[in-house]
Formats: sequence, C-alpha cells, structure tokens
Amino acid sequence: MYDAPASEQKVTQNTTKIAAHKVQVFYGDTHAIKDVDVQIEDKTVTAFIGPSGCGKSTFLRCLNRMNDTIDICRVEGDILLDGEDIYDAKVDPVQLRAKVGMVFQKPNPFPKSIYDNIAYGPRIHGLAKNKADLDEIVEKSLRRGAIWDEVKDRLHAPGTGLSGGQQQRLCIARAVATEPEVLLMDEPCSALDPIATGQVEELIDELRENYSVVIVTHSMQQAARVSQKTAFFHLGNLVEYGETGQIFTNPVDKRTESYITGRIG
Amino acid sequence: MPILWLVLIVLALGAVGYILGRQRAMASAGGDARHLHSLPSYYGSNVAIKAVVPALVLMVIWLLVQPVYINTHVSGMLSETAIPDNSSRGLVMSEVRRTAEGLSNAVNQGLMTEEFATSARADMADVTQRLKDAGQIVTSEVTQPIMRAAQEYRVLSSSLQLYMSIAVILLALLGAAWGLRESQKDFRARNTVEFSVRMLLIGAASIAILTTLGIVLSLVFNTIEFFRLYPAADFFFGLNWAPSFSGRGGSSDLGVLPLLWGTLYISIVALAVAVPIGLFAAIYLSEYASSRVRSVAKPMLEVLAGIPTIVYGLFALLTVGPMLLKVFGDEGLGIMQAGTAVMTAGLVMGIMLIPFVSSLSDDIINAVPQSMRDGSYGLGATKSETIKQVVMPAALPGIVGAVLLAASRAIGETMIVVLGAGAAARLSLNPFEAMTTVTAKIVSQLTGDADFASPEALVAFALGMTLFVITLGLNIFALFIVRKYREQYE
Ligand SMILES: Nc1ncnc2c1ncn2[C@@H]1O[C@H](COP(=O)(O)OP(=O)(O)O)[C@@H](O)[C@H]1O
Ligand SMILES: [Mg+2]
Repeated sequence: MYDAPASEQKVTQNTTKIAAHKVQVFYGDTHAIKDVDVQIEDKTVTAFIGPSGCGKSTFLRCLNRMNDTIDICRVEGDILLDGEDIYDAKVDPVQLRAKVGMVFQKPNPFPKSIYDNIAYGPRIHGLAKNKADLDEIVEKSLRRGAIWDEVKDRLHAPGTGLSGGQQQRLCIARAVATEPEVLLMDEPCSALDPIATGQVEELIDELRENYSVVIVTHSMQQAARVSQKTAFFHLGNLVEYGETGQIFTNPVDKRTESYITGRIG
Repeated sequence: MPILWLVLIVLALGAVGYILGRQRAMASAGGDARHLHSLPSYYGSNVAIKAVVPALVLMVIWLLVQPVYINTHVSGMLSETAIPDNSSRGLVMSEVRRTAEGLSNAVNQGLMTEEFATSARADMADVTQRLKDAGQIVTSEVTQPIMRAAQEYRVLSSSLQLYMSIAVILLALLGAAWGLRESQKDFRARNTVEFSVRMLLIGAASIAILTTLGIVLSLVFNTIEFFRLYPAADFFFGLNWAPSFSGRGGSSDLGVLPLLWGTLYISIVALAVAVPIGLFAAIYLSEYASSRVRSVAKPMLEVLAGIPTIVYGLFALLTVGPMLLKVFGDEGLGIMQAGTAVMTAGLVMGIMLIPFVSSLSDDIINAVPQSMRDGSYGLGATKSETIKQVVMPAALPGIVGAVLLAASRAIGETMIVVLGAGAAARLSLNPFEAMTTVTAKIVSQLTGDADFASPEALVAFALGMTLFVITLGLNIFALFIVRKYREQYE
C-alpha cells in the first residue's frame, strides 16, 4: 500500500521512536483502523491528515493507550516505543502515558490554579524534590509553553479563567511538565483564533528540539508549516506517508492528491 | 342544590356552548372552515370557557365568603348572656354549627320533619333526645339561644345556597351567550383561547406560591401569638423542655435548645452514615461500575428512597434498636439503657439518606466533563488519582449541595425519630441515650387534647417556624452552591 520513495530513505537521519505494525482498531463491530504500518521518528514533527472520521484521532490515541478508557475499543497489531511493545501485559499504561504525553482538541485545564495545573503531573510522578524544585519546573514549563509572561503574576488564579488560546498553551505546558518523550496533539488549534494558532505552531517547532511530536490537523497549511513528515489517512487506511514537502508537492497516491487539491474531504 | 349538581350543570352548559359556538362559527363562514380566522374547535372552546370559568370562579368565591358571612351574622345574634363563663364565643359558635348540622342530618334521615327542625322551640329536652337518637351527638342539652341560632344558621345557609345556584347558572348562561355572539368568522378565537390558557397556567403557579405564603403567614401569626404568652428569650435559650398540660399557664418550661440539640445530634449521626457510604457508592457507580452493573445497581439504590419513613421507623424500633442494645446494653458494654436512642434513629435515618446523597452525587460526578478525566489520564495519572485530584474537586460544590439537601431532609424527618429515638428531651452527649427532635415534639404538642390557645399548643408553631427557617436557610444555601457549580461548565 505504502511504498516509500527512494529519496525518503536518504533524508531520514533520525532514529525511529515509535513503530506501528499491522495495527487494527475496532469499536465494537466498527473497523476504524485497518492494517496501519508507520514509523514515527524522534525529534521530528509528524502530521496526521485526512478527512473527518478517517481514524486519525483513533490511531493517535493508540500511541499512548488512551483507547483503554473506552470500553468497546479493541486494538490489534504491534506498537513499539523504543523497541518495546506498549500493549505488552508487562507495560503499565499509566507509566506509558507519562512518557507519551497528550494535548487534546478542546483545551481542558483542570478547575485548579494555573500553578496546580502545571504541578499536577510532576506531583503525581514525584518529579520534584521540594517546593523550590517544583516552582522551577512550573516556571520552566510555562516558559516552554510560551505563556509565562502572560501568567507569571497570577499563578494562583484559576486556569479556567484564561482565554481559549492561553488555556491551550497552558495544557501544552502541563503536558511538557511531566517531561514526556513523545507529545501527541489532537487538533490542538481547532478551537483557537489565528494569532493563538500562530503561537502554538511556533511552540511546536521549538518542542521538536527535545521531543517527537505527532499532530493531528485538519488544516493542510498547518501540516505544511509545522511538520517534517506527513501521514495521510483515508477510511481507516494509511494511504501515504512521507516527507511533508513531497506529500504536498508530489503525492504518489491518487487519493492523497484529490484530498490535497480539495476534491475529497 | 348540592354543589356537585351545580358543577355538572355548569359543565353541561359549557359543553352545549362548545357545540353551538362551533356550529355558529361554521355557519358564518358558509360551512367552509378555511374562511374562518381560527380552527372551528377554537370557537367552541371560547364559548365553553366563557360559560364555565366565570361561573365556577363565582361559585368558589361564594363558597369561601358564605360561611364567614353566616358566622358573623349568627354570632351577632348570640347575646353575652348566652355564653357560659367557662367558655368562649368561638366554642359556642362551633356548638351552634354542630347543632345545625345535626338538625339537617336528622331531617335527611327522616327522624324529623323539616317543620319540626325549623320551628321547634318548646321542648329542648325533646330536641336533644331526637338528635341523640339520630346519632347526631350533642354534648349537653341544647339551650334555647343555641337552638335559635342553629335554626337561623340553617335558614340562612339554605337560602344563600339557593341564591348562589341561581347566580352561578345565570352567569354561565350570560357567558355562553356572550361567547356565542362573538362566534363570527373574523373573530380571533385562537388568540382568546391562547390567552385563557396562559391565565390558567399563571393561576396554577400563583396558587402554589400563595399557598406557601399562606402557610408561612399562619406560622408567623401563631408564633407571634405564642411569644405574647411565653417570653421569646426563654424559648430560644431555655435549657429545659417540660411542658405541663394539667396546670394552665406559668408552669411549663418550653426551652427549644434540648430539641435543637436532639435534632442536630441525630442529623449528624445520620449524615455521618449517609455521606461516606453514599459518596463512595456514587463514585463506584459513576467511575468504576460497568454500564450493566450501573443499570441494575442505581435503580436498586433508589428504591431505598421510595420506602415510606414509617417503615424505616419500624425497622429502627424492631431491628436496629434491639441489635444495638445487645452490643451496647447491659449484657454488652452497659452504656445503653433502651433500644430507642440517638444512635438507633441516626443509623436508620442515615440508611434512608444514602440514595439521596448517592443519586445526586452520581449525577454531579457524571456532569464533570470526560475531557477533564482524559486530561488527567493523558498525564499518566491513575484512576484513583484522577478521581481524588480532578473529578472530586470539580464536583465538590455540587456534592456539598447534595449533602446540604440531605441534611435538610434529616432535620425535617419525624417518623424515624418518634419510633427510634424516644420522646425524652434532654441535653446529653451520649449517643446511646434517648433524645427527641423538634419535629417529634411538634407532633406530640398538637396531638394531645390541649387548648389551642395555650402556650403548650402554640409552641408547636414556634417550633415549626424555627425548623422552617433552618431548613429554608440550608436549602437556599444548597441551591446557591449547586447553581454556582452549574455555571462552571456551561
Ligand atoms: N468512542 C467511540 N465509539 C465508537 N466509535 C468511535 C468512537 N470514536 C471514534 N469512533 C469511530 O471511529 C471512526 C474514526 O473516528 P476518529 O478517529 O475520531 O476520526 P478522526 O479523528 O479522523 O476524525 C469514526 O467512524 C468514528 O465514528
Ligand atoms: Mg479527531
């Protein structure tokens, strides 16, 4: 189905972070993901694009086992993180999610103060030795989330009182605070205005230095702006996966071309 | 004419009016409903409403005013000498009413002719005897003034009844005629009917509000009356509750504190049982239980809420009390004297409150958005960490509201207390002693045969008022908190 063009192998210098092999996902009787094989690289932004309902979110949620929280969801196949099967019985999904963080489509700050929102992850994972340490983690995370300057004077105000764009950056800072290795983002900008979107995109570009970032997006411009690799999903199949530039300028599959030029969507 | 017949006649007039109005409107449109402003049924309804509603309203008002009028009129007939020293005008008037009713019933049973009932004034002993034979109990011998007043009472009420029937039927006919005159094709019958419907709904809402107001006012007036007879400071700060029914005046101690303490103590025990169990049950149901377990367990828990409190009372009296007595009584730890105690009532009331707390909390926990939980799981939190640190804090205001509602239920509960906690009003810390509550004492103050004007009976209103203020405060506070919580996610 997916034939990697020869040119792609050359550019790939980064190591593989996540490798998925023959992944199938079922919601009850619905076959939502069919035979997906994909290799996600370290220190790279990978974009998942495709029409609504094609299974982008479903596949993304497989990568940190968030689908475990849905009763009727069943995952088959192998997903390896650093060579280890994350669906192995030995793996604790809770620890996995500390390593593979997630940012959701709708900003979902906890009804707590800004400080406590950020400190939540470090506290439950015991990342801070003492209060000063925790303060430092909070400040560092908020700076990485590009929101420190806006909230530094009201760290103890509720996180729900921020604007939508600020809330989403708070959620990104919150995810960053637990020091994940991979950051999954499900349409993180769909509820944001263009200015906030720009800020979040800039942030994603910076995060690439330390993390492997996977972002689901509806906007092809966004995928083109922030990602190095792009995967195109259609009806539960991974149709095409490759360098972002190549997918957008010279797609191999006819379906990819139609989607990019706006004929299916 | 009996009221039932009158109502039926008015309704029949309305029904006839409906049919006629409909026909007349159709005729005015030449038999084609499309030329009418409104559907034909609206014209019919308009006539029916105009016939029935004013007539019935008149009837209700008349029925409310008539007894007042008769009372003042007849009571004016009674001279001061007709009232015995140890009695009051009110008591004599109720005797007059009883006698009048007795006469009417005796006539209905054929034991007296109508003439005899209206004219008999010679032999009071004979009248009394006849009334007694008719099964109309008359306490002592009917006296001459009372008999005369009773006869006047009968005459007045039957003639007024007749006038009323005439007036009501006339009004119904007038209304129907007015409605029929309106039934022309351009008349906006639909809007008129719509207006009536709105009035009906407003009426229903106002009745509910006015009734509440009436209840509060009657409480307030009687409470004021009570404080005229008994010092307010002694009531609110008195440490002793010892009403005496025999000696009138002065000798009763009516301090509310022992009762409030009993109420509070039993409620606290009840909440100490209901809140943890109810809350944990709610957490299990909303976060851990599979949907199959939930669909069975939740209704089962809610069945508890449908059990009448008297059944809980029996459970306290016959099962929980003796069981506690076995452990804490003389054969066990020796700190409990009898089965009726604060503990008994508190435990059983707690069981009664479990579904309140669990069902409300379950709804509130479910209202916490899934995205909140996802956010927490996404950071690598476990289920119980998520519940403890994200779901519970988010749901807390709502849960506090649920607990406060349960508390006001506990404070108002009577039956369980009467059967489970005993009747002794005392200030004590021992939960295995019998105590009693405000509500239980209201019942016992009013069920005795005390004079309703004595402080011993009027205190019930002051107690009711106190309770009302406390539960109202709690409910307002609870609603305020619940509402504040709702706004958070909308
Ligand atoms: N919780 C769920 N239960 C049942 N079906 C689901 C659930 N989530 C998603 N699906 C189904 O899986 C398919 C893929 O959905 P999703 O991954 O959300 O698509 P995308 O994110 O690409 O828009 C859809 O057909 C959707 O109806
Ligand atoms: Mg999606």
